[in-house]
Amino acid sequence: MTNYDIVIVGGGPAGLAAAVSARKAGVDKILILERDKELGGILNQCIHNGFGLHTFKEELTGPEYAYRFMEQVFDMKIEYKLNTMVMDISEDRVVTAMSREDGMYQIKAGAVILAMGCRERPRGALNIPGYRPAGIFSAGTAQRLVNIEGYMPGREVVILGSGDIGLIMARRMTLEGAKVKVVAELMPYSGGLKRNIVQCLDDFGIPLKLSHTVVDIEGKEHLTAVTIAAVDNKGKPIPGTEERYTCDTLLLSCGLIPENELSRNAGVEMSPITSGPIVNESLETNIPGVFACGNVLHVHDLVDYVSEEASRAGENAAKFINGQLSESKGDEIEIIATDGARYTVPSTIDVGRMDDKLTVRFRVGAVYKDSYVSVYFDDERVMHNKKRIMAPGEMEQVILLKDKLAEKPGLKKITVKIEAE
Amino acid sequence: MLYDVIIIGAGVSGSAIARELSRYEANVCVLEKCEDVCEGTSKANSAIVHAGFDAAAGSLMAKLNVRGNEMMDDLCRDLDIPFKRNGSMVVCIHKEALDGLKDLYDRGVTNGVKGLKILTREEALEMEPNLSDNVEGALYAPTGGIICPFKLCIAMAENANVNGVDFRFNTQVENITSDENGLWHIRTNNGEYVSRYVVNAAGVHSGEIHNMVSKADDKIEIIPRRGDYCLLDKEVGNHVSHTIFPQPTNLGKGVLVSPTVHGNLIVGPTAIDIENKEGTNTTAEGINDLIAKANDHVKNLPMRKVITSFAGLRAHEARHEFIIGEVDGAPHFIDCAAIESPGLTSSPAIGEMVGNMLKDMMGLSAKANWISTRKDVMNPENLTIEERNELIKKNPAYGNIICRCESISEGEILDAIHRPLGARSLDGVKRRTRAGMGRCQAGFCSPKTMEILHRELGLPYEEITKSGGRSNIVLERTKNQKGGNQ
Repeated sequence: MTNYDIVIVGGGPAGLAAAVSARKAGVDKILILERDKELGGILNQCIHNGFGLHTFKEELTGPEYAYRFMEQVFDMKIEYKLNTMVMDISEDRVVTAMSREDGMYQIKAGAVILAMGCRERPRGALNIPGYRPAGIFSAGTAQRLVNIEGYMPGREVVILGSGDIGLIMARRMTLEGAKVKVVAELMPYSGGLKRNIVQCLDDFGIPLKLSHTVVDIEGKEHLTAVTIAAVDNKGKPIPGTEERYTCDTLLLSCGLIPENELSRNAGVEMSPITSGPIVNESLETNIPGVFACGNVLHVHDLVDYVSEEASRAGENAAKFINGQLSESKGDEIEIIATDGARYTVPSTIDVGRMDDKLTVRFRVGAVYKDSYVSVYFDDERVMHNKKRIMAPGEMEQVILLKDKLAEKPGLKKITVKIEAE
Repeated sequence: MLYDVIIIGAGVSGSAIARELSRYEANVCVLEKCEDVCEGTSKANSAIVHAGFDAAAGSLMAKLNVRGNEMMDDLCRDLDIPFKRNGSMVVCIHKEALDGLKDLYDRGVTNGVKGLKILTREEALEMEPNLSDNVEGALYAPTGGIICPFKLCIAMAENANVNGVDFRFNTQVENITSDENGLWHIRTNNGEYVSRYVVNAAGVHSGEIHNMVSKADDKIEIIPRRGDYCLLDKEVGNHVSHTIFPQPTNLGKGVLVSPTVHGNLIVGPTAIDIENKEGTNTTAEGINDLIAKANDHVKNLPMRKVITSFAGLRAHEARHEFIIGEVDGAPHFIDCAAIESPGLTSSPAIGEMVGNMLKDMMGLSAKANWISTRKDVMNPENLTIEERNELIKKNPAYGNIICRCESISEGEILDAIHRPLGARSLDGVKRRTRAGMGRCQAGFCSPKTMEILHRELGLPYEEITKSGGRSNIVLERTKNQKGGNQ
């Protein structure tokens, strides 16, 4: 068994940023394990621009954004293995991996950073009735076929779900000469970024039908048509509202699921809300020395936030192996998300271990206009920030200061909620 | 070429008959309208090996069910496919229906089912804690089992092929006539086939095939009885450990809940008589109905963990009995029609019965060098790290994981493509290896599997299909790529 200080599972944006920050913090033996044939993760198929506005103050494409971090990994001579699948992570941080070249092998890691990203919710999990023909793709799979393999799935497209990849693919397929007939979204609001609705649908005259879903799929061998219907406030289709669209392609953009099979097998505790690990202020899971960041932790809206979060995971993993991450004294403050705030990352804070500033990220469960993000220390409201609009498709954040928390010894819980006034 | 026997249909019945006939000196050919074996009813069913207490006492269905069940251990060992006798339970939730369990028990004993036992509420709950709180008692059948229906069908067909049986795919029968010499002429979309004997194993289409040769007063009408199913994530595959049935009704054995032999949980089927013999579409009503019914007998069903839903068609006929035998007035034309549940369980016995029938009719002699066993696509999951490394050293493709959900490597996929009657489509690969059958439902691996099919079979991307016919995955090159190629 070989030994590494830090093993990073996944060489996408989270894994890359975590590796770079751990190296900057002085960690010598870092290994990134990546299952694809190159680093960069899903960014490699995201050839549209709009990445990096926060981090680099310029608009980059996905591959360009990834390359900014890859360059640093190369310059710092951080080790990585490609075409390598991690098969298992044990509770005592033994990572089992496999590839053509190296066979199956085990690595003892001082710390593990989980950066596996997420996957798309497939058709099967949506229980859409109808036939099961060819021509139905998750939006990301279609994106890979078009942008990486160079093949078009079809010419007439219907999209179910308005997640960002679906919106991006509406534009991409249009630019490739396909006709995108409609985007149907089950919820009364889009799951994607406002800017993507404007730039990918509105600019191309593609209709977005909110509170609509697919109720039938036709075509025994290949997709020939889908039927879309309006849904009531419980998500049930309303009879009489059906509209049939002939099409040869149905793209699904109905949510992303953090890919945590390895984490679960290792015994990492999961949040039922995010489907990602429950982490403390150091982005550490319930297993000491196992950290999580990026979309495996919670699905992000912008990659910039992934990079930032992953940098913190890298720094904290470095502290852990250097013995600088003090043992938890068991007096963590719990962060509770309620009244419209669906979850927070992290979900506990140990003031002794936190940095001077801690960004707490969360998402809201519905669209809120002219409402307030409030933070309570026990029962005392300490923050009350007005937001013109908040939507489930966009992440929100509050910043907690160590100074302020230190002023409140004995503080048990911090509550994040949305208030109308 | 003049064949001794032509079998119409490469489902589980046709494949079982083909394997049995491959024991003998005979030229046998299987005609299949789809691009692979196991494309109809055989691929979409409960994947259950029934004990045999359901079918009417004295029926052919009862006899073949019990015999098929008995044959399954040896057959699955010989063909190297997974089979588990997990035991089944028929659960009674109404006190007044407890007598029904006794009736089933008696019928089972008459049918020759071994080990049947009536359980009290307490005994049933002890064996299966997630049964409904309303359970009043249960019939326990230890011989009930679970199997991979794809692998059973594929393995029998593959073994038949190794022993000399021809398979003609994408070959749909259009018309059948006999000549003055008593030979059968089968017209297909791929030319004419001539044979001394014909076996009709055409599943939901077995009525149409029968009616091509039968007398005017001897017509069969197969009613496709659709069953919707939900398949749940392996995470909840142990919600029950036995196959849980409700008490049967006149529409069938009802909605069962069972682990699958691969560790998923299956819930289904509904029973809806339809007209379209290709109507394998699920409906919202069907899925809702089965969820409601399954919850009657098993509590806290984790239906949020559904990874896919599908529908299959049972080849139902009004008499609810297998129709096996020579067609009246059509000498040497053997029906194997109306094979509905328990057809999968009965298939080895159906093969044996039809094989023996033809052996006697034709005076066939046994092949000297018949190969009785085959090895399945390897499952490296059970290997130690050392064994796995040995394997990867010999063939590095086993180190390259293609399907992350089911941990299927390129080595297994290459084996599935290059073995006899190998996979030619994404579904062909899926049914032979499970690549794409996991929780992401091929979102991750399908582009990778396409690349392998493209490379290994020399298929252009545009011709790679999901499951043959017009089920092409991609249509054409992107504009950019077209430009680049000019």
